[in-house]
Amino acid sequence: MRHTISVLVENKPGVLARVSGLFASRGFNIESLAVGETEDPTVSRMTIVSSGEDATIEQIAKQLNKLVDVIKVNDLTAERFVERELFLVRVAAEGHARAELIQLVDVFRAKIVDVAAKSVTVELTGATEKIEAFVDLMRQFGIKEMVRTGKVALIRAPREGKSQ
Amino acid sequence: MKPPAAKPAKPKRDDGHVRSGARVIVDALEELGVDIVFGYPGGSIIKLYDELTSSHIKVILSGDERCAGHAAEGYARATGKVGVMLCTSGPGATNLVTPLADARMDSTPVVAISGQVASAVIGRDAFQEAPMQAATFAITKHNYLVTKAGDLGRVVREAFHIASTGRPGPVLVDVAKDAQAAMVDVRETSFEFKLRGYNPVRKLHMNQIDRAMELIGDAKRPLLYVGQGVVLADAWKELRKFVEITGIPVTETLLAKGAFPASHKLWVGTLGMHGAAFANYAIHEADVVVVLGARFDDRVTGNPAAFATQAKWIQVDIDPSEINKNVTVQVPVAADVGEALAEMVKRAKPGHHDGWHKRIDELKRKFPYHYRPGTGEIKPQYFLERLMEAMGGKGIVTTGVGQHQMWTLQYCRFDEPRRYITSGGAGTMGFGLPAAVGAQFGRPNELVVDVDGDGSFEMNINELRTVRDNNLPIKIAIMNNRMLGMVGQWQRKFFKGNYSSTQFNEDIPNFVAGVQALYGVPGRRIAKRDEVKPAIDEMIGARGPFLLDVVIPKDEDVYPMIPAGATIHDIMLGEEQGHTPPV
Repeated sequence: MRHTISVLVENKPGVLARVSGLFASRGFNIESLAVGETEDPTVSRMTIVSSGEDATIEQIAKQLNKLVDVIKVNDLTAERFVERELFLVRVAAEGHARAELIQLVDVFRAKIVDVAAKSVTVELTGATEKIEAFVDLMRQFGIKEMVRTGKVALIRAPREGKSQ
Repeated sequence: MKPPAAKPAKPKRDDGHVRSGARVIVDALEELGVDIVFGYPGGSIIKLYDELTSSHIKVILSGDERCAGHAAEGYARATGKVGVMLCTSGPGATNLVTPLADARMDSTPVVAISGQVASAVIGRDAFQEAPMQAATFAITKHNYLVTKAGDLGRVVREAFHIASTGRPGPVLVDVAKDAQAAMVDVRETSFEFKLRGYNPVRKLHMNQIDRAMELIGDAKRPLLYVGQGVVLADAWKELRKFVEITGIPVTETLLAKGAFPASHKLWVGTLGMHGAAFANYAIHEADVVVVLGARFDDRVTGNPAAFATQAKWIQVDIDPSEINKNVTVQVPVAADVGEALAEMVKRAKPGHHDGWHKRIDELKRKFPYHYRPGTGEIKPQYFLERLMEAMGGKGIVTTGVGQHQMWTLQYCRFDEPRRYITSGGAGTMGFGLPAAVGAQFGRPNELVVDVDGDGSFEMNINELRTVRDNNLPIKIAIMNNRMLGMVGQWQRKFFKGNYSSTQFNEDIPNFVAGVQALYGVPGRRIAKRDEVKPAIDEMIGARGPFLLDVVIPKDEDVYPMIPAGATIHDIMLGEEQGHTPPV
């Protein structure tokens, strides 16, 4: 099963290498990893997507917790959380295809961020499933290049008047 | 008239509050109670070596950096204190990689301080530069690269804290050359830890202890599987109390030797590939097993899916990642094993395990350690039995890795912990002699014997200079079969006796002549059984170091043996004994 793990780490050199090295040396897989500063500039948040059996994910969390530079590990999978990913794609767009493409961009609330004679570049943010659906649709036009940031996620605040 | 040239500012002197980074390191070591460091100097650590001469800390020049590392490990294992090793940058530091990996596998508290090239040239492939932080991420508990003298006081103290708390382990502090030389006003630096992500203390959950005691109370065939965690937590006295009350028998791992007295009637030997057959059968028949500070190493379990399949598991470990790692347990207790045992002692009730005790006695009778006595040649098992008699349960044994190590596992028995020092998880050949050096410095009044293999001993023979320099009365007994015995045994068993790269010349190395000539260490070679007792007496009676080169048969196998990844049903007991495993 796919898990989204949110990891708060010290914002200092070498920490990314420690975390990615741990995954490599213990044979855990990483589907995506996104990292950036938090509201506290001394802390970074890593959002790691990994898949494996429950026991493997449990080991990942425990091993991450053992790293001295890891402050907190939270497997969001069982929680309510918001997730987003940013996607950029340069796709062939000539003649009729261009109009069709623009329609799809509207439907997905994506944005055209660059236009060239034979292609356009589209930006899309959203949950992983939405991005994947959009990638599939873009294939028919001919994807020249694409890039995804990997997922970032935050836990949802508890609802007003309801206790967690 | 020219104004007089401004007097150059007086250089800040290394006294009072303004000190060099190197002095700040030495201050920290002194404050932390370090009385000895093992190392090998070089260009990037020269400033620290310079400062050390004005400290009371004893500085030992090791055979090389690897020896320094294993000596620090031996010191830590013998004393329970943090071992310290020093080295220079580049190849000096990479030589420390093996001891660091060894210490991580065996949870040994050591701190390595390595010199690094000057911060201005880090990353530019400077002379003797190696990226030690990157190289040791996965084989240290934590590591640092320090480029500012002002950080050193805090970092060295943090390093000792991390190495020695929770599950102990190695910490590397890589210090740029300029950070050692830079002057810093210690009043302006803070030693306050910045370790918000490090929480070694685990709260003991009483409901888990309740569940554990309930399971133990219902058990018909309970067994304790004791690991080194009991020694590291200094919980061996609590363990004895718990066993005295409950009457639950005890098996141990290689590293836990002595955590429970081998002379006790409820001692059930050592588990694992070359452990006691009776221990492996006992755990296979147990219905509840309490795992105390042990980690289900594959050399203990064989195939983990088929290991002790009747058992319900209670596992106590301070490292939560060890719980459910290789074997899924019913009652996890992520806590200090000493605290957990103290609580378990409070709740312990006498058990009624007469039938189970009888069964274990029967297993011990049916499947004892055994060997063919031979016809006058020296069997290693016979030698070790005589050595143990001569040592009288006291002293310290260190080992290399291989067949001789497994024979010590079987025949060296102790009633107290920290008397048997061996490389367990990493299986590091060459460990024995430098570990003996560390152990002898740590416990100068003990008889320290390095029981080694001919292959292992030669790997770090250079440490004999340290032995000689310091007049350490270390005894070395080489189980010399003129081959790499354990690999040879596997080649006999699994590769049709194809001895690929495992046979030495019969007479080379000539250990006795060699160590006498190079290091002035006296020795003797023996090959007949009736020479054993007088030779052991001569060795132990020698005032200084002594080497006994014990010629043993080339083809002696270590039995019993459960092949790697196999199960108790695949145990090889030794062909001549004629036992078949009970169904």
